[in-house]
Amino acid sequence: MYIFYFLLIFMIIAAIIAIETKNLLSSVICISALGFGASLMFLFLRAPDIAITQIVVDILALIILIRSTISRDLTFISGDKEFFGTVVSVVIIFIIFLAGVKVFETLPDFGTAIFARVPNAASQTYIKEGLEKTGAANIVSSVILDYRAYDTLGEATVLFTAIIGATVILRKKAKKLLEEPDL
Amino acid sequence: MKGMTIIVKTISSWVKVLIVLFGIYIIHSGHLSPCGGFAGGVFLASSYLLLMLAFGRDVVERELPPSVALKIACWAAFTFAAIAISGLFFGKNEFFWNYIYQKWLAGAGIEVHFIAAGTISLAEFAIGLLVGALLFLVILNLSTFRRDTSASR
Repeated sequence: MYIFYFLLIFMIIAAIIAIETKNLLSSVICISALGFGASLMFLFLRAPDIAITQIVVDILALIILIRSTISRDLTFISGDKEFFGTVVSVVIIFIIFLAGVKVFETLPDFGTAIFARVPNAASQTYIKEGLEKTGAANIVSSVILDYRAYDTLGEATVLFTAIIGATVILRKKAKKLLEEPDL
Repeated sequence: MKGMTIIVKTISSWVKVLIVLFGIYIIHSGHLSPCGGFAGGVFLASSYLLLMLAFGRDVVERELPPSVALKIACWAAFTFAAIAISGLFFGKNEFFWNYIYQKWLAGAGIEVHFIAAGTISLAEFAIGLLVGALLFLVILNLSTFRRDTSASR
């Protein structure tokens, strides 16, 4: 239980350093440390699927960020902040904090699953019959690829469409075609 | 941008194979342990990211051209959709019906088996290839975009 508080303090310190530091490289590394803390937290909460994805995406995102942004020119914000804007943002943050406190009061206790309060929840059916009906020992896999496979098809389609579109726009052949005189 | 030193090049050309093998292991054991197609695809893409960091972009473009990666992504997406639609024709006339699920394995008490999950394993392979090829294209596009803008300035 106490390990979560240590991880939380570690992540908060990493986030503050990532915002406040002047060097771009150390800021990116602090973001990566924050993601590492989050993946450790997922691991201690017994969600290894999310932990694997989190740590891999953090490593990949770290390298991509360093590669693509480290040689660009930097823009610095200078000058004083406006008083009105600061007050409004502080008030909005305080209201969101109060709403968050209200929401946290309605959550169940730490460690008790939320579906345990509902007797006929669909997730209980998945846990009971998932292995017999689909043959997958991993319940997460049986849910995302058998019971809720429509969702995975939509995710894959979104990823496919977005990246194919970016590739088509950024390809090299179109530039060569535009340079030809008969076009 | 001719790459890093000879030590980094040698080590990364050895480690690349291990990363690809680990990615294939994560993809194919998605129905047994906490792995899956998405995480394994990211591993496949990160092996080529390591190659690109060590050797430079041209070597990677020669080894896996973007047109080939596009074809792999298209065929993987087509395979995933075909697995989904083939549930309509085999079995119970339902979308995504798991028609080659091995019932005799579950009956014999051997649930943890490589072919036990039927279409789930095939869909994991399709998703792994799709995510790997698409993330490879993302990395390649980012590096292309960066080089062009730095040349124009």
